[in-house]
Amino acid sequence: MAKVLMKGNEAIAEAALRAGAEGYFCYPITPQTEVAEYLSKRMPEVGGMFLQGESELAVANMLFGAASTGKRVFTTSSSPGISLMQEAISYMAGAELPAVIINIMRGGPGLGGILPAQADYFQAVKGGGHGDYRTLVLAPSTVQEAVDLTMLCFHLAQKYRNPVMMIGDGMIGQMMEAVEFPESYEEPPLPSTDEWAATGALDRKARIIKSLFLDPVGLENNVLILEKKYQQMIREEVRCESYKISAENKILIVAYGTMARICQTAIDELEADGVSVGLFRPISLYPFPEKEILREATRKNIKSVLTIEMSMAQMMEDVERAIQGRRPVHFFGRSGGIVPTPEEVKEQVLKVLSIKRRTAKKK
Amino acid sequence: MAVDSKTVFDRPVTLRDVVTHYCPGCTHGVIHRMVSEVLDELGLRERTCGVAPVGCSVLCYNYFDTDFMEAPHGRAPALATGFKRMRPDMIVFTYQGDGDLASIGMGEIIHAANRGEKFTTIFVNNAVYGMTGGQMAPTTLPGQITTTCPMGRDTSLTGEPIRIAELLSALATPGYIERVAVHTPAHILKAKKAIRKAFTLQRDNKCYTLVEVLSTCPTNWGNTPGEAIEWLDENMMKYFPLGCYKDYVEPEGS
Repeated sequence: MAKVLMKGNEAIAEAALRAGAEGYFCYPITPQTEVAEYLSKRMPEVGGMFLQGESELAVANMLFGAASTGKRVFTTSSSPGISLMQEAISYMAGAELPAVIINIMRGGPGLGGILPAQADYFQAVKGGGHGDYRTLVLAPSTVQEAVDLTMLCFHLAQKYRNPVMMIGDGMIGQMMEAVEFPESYEEPPLPSTDEWAATGALDRKARIIKSLFLDPVGLENNVLILEKKYQQMIREEVRCESYKISAENKILIVAYGTMARICQTAIDELEADGVSVGLFRPISLYPFPEKEILREATRKNIKSVLTIEMSMAQMMEDVERAIQGRRPVHFFGRSGGIVPTPEEVKEQVLKVLSIKRRTAKKK
Repeated sequence: MAVDSKTVFDRPVTLRDVVTHYCPGCTHGVIHRMVSEVLDELGLRERTCGVAPVGCSVLCYNYFDTDFMEAPHGRAPALATGFKRMRPDMIVFTYQGDGDLASIGMGEIIHAANRGEKFTTIFVNNAVYGMTGGQMAPTTLPGQITTTCPMGRDTSLTGEPIRIAELLSALATPGYIERVAVHTPAHILKAKKAIRKAFTLQRDNKCYTLVEVLSTCPTNWGNTPGEAIEWLDENMMKYFPLGCYKDYVEPEGS
């Protein structure tokens, strides 16, 4: 299929359809509303179900009910709306239901603003709702990758029967880029939904889809079943990418999403100035590519690691945990909807390099 | 003497043969039975999915022999909406108490009713939070004593009890809404008729349907099962008059 120029939000919507999404529930919120507008037209065309709910609270619970049928269903929202969805996300994780939730992030806390941010990292990665659960989290850095990962989300949700999130900063949703959709959608075989979905107790025992276990032994058992899945995710679903990582690097930048692309520009310009910097880009934020970061960060010539975010040192905690104190980890970030420029990134790299030089002189 | 015995009364297939956790004198059991009888009679059990609330009837999924979902507090109508929209061929019902439906779930129930979602709500109103031990509900009567209004409900501070059947009947969207009671055999028969009508309308894909059932809670009302029936008859029936508040009317031209 030829490349088409599409806005991120519309490309995400189309990708979901290509991945077999049959139901979509939404509530308007900037900067993701174009997904809803696009699907209000497209869903009926493909025989799917489109519904605008009365609140994100209701929408996430509609998703819960819809996911119980075993069909592929999803919702999209932005930061404050995603906060309202945490109740149902926790319940769906507890009840082992597959659902896709896409967060086109804006600045917070509170009502915050409507410009791009990555400030929902903790909420997405550490579990925004209550209880012992995880959501698998993917973060695209281009519109094409948003398409690819959206499609992957549906597969992973079914594979693990767990909510899967894709988080993109507002830039991913709003910018237009050339994208290509696969001719046909193929995915590895999945377990049948016949084993668990609520489809009516015809010629089988009635099924209960629930997260309530009043007996503590039963509840712990359910938590351990979930934990086993999360360990499998850690083994099988780590995704990451490197850019210009080499033996000459003195500094390793860790950044994801749009921020990683800006860092690539800065790295190219620094290279032209004779400063060698590598970039490590996590694509899966949960599971976090811990071993992969540790391996790159502890290369012989790497003196420091610099985490760069459109948030206040949220991912940095995971980078530090991965590196286990074996290299100093520095942080640079902007927040509130301000997107760092390549110049700012270059400045930070040079600053970290000069810190190293000064420390060396003192010795 | 040879007798040709004929079964004239039996447990409905939809109602599981298990001991429930409900207190003596509580009418949840009667309501469960009426719903089960109707699902049996209409032959719907095998394509039904229920939605359990949070509250005393949270465990009702253990008593109905149909597929079930357990919803977060108040969100049963949202789950039912999502499910029914994906599977319009199935029969879906929510079973909710007054705390679940009229307090924390008010937003979900109004919008589900107003969208005309084709599922059935069995709304059990006993004027109190039962599971948590007898706190004031939106339907607690003026002056009624609960653990969070120990001097009796003061309506100047907490407002008047909410009449759900009347409130939802004000919506312009077509629907079927009736209030019934189950504290006497005559009322039970009328209640069953309403429940049957609701599920029939749903089966025929007509409209949103809700049956509000006045119910007893001797444990939290602080009386005996017999006294609870009298209290319901003397107090709740006055504030919550029985009757059909909204009947389904076929749209013109259909």
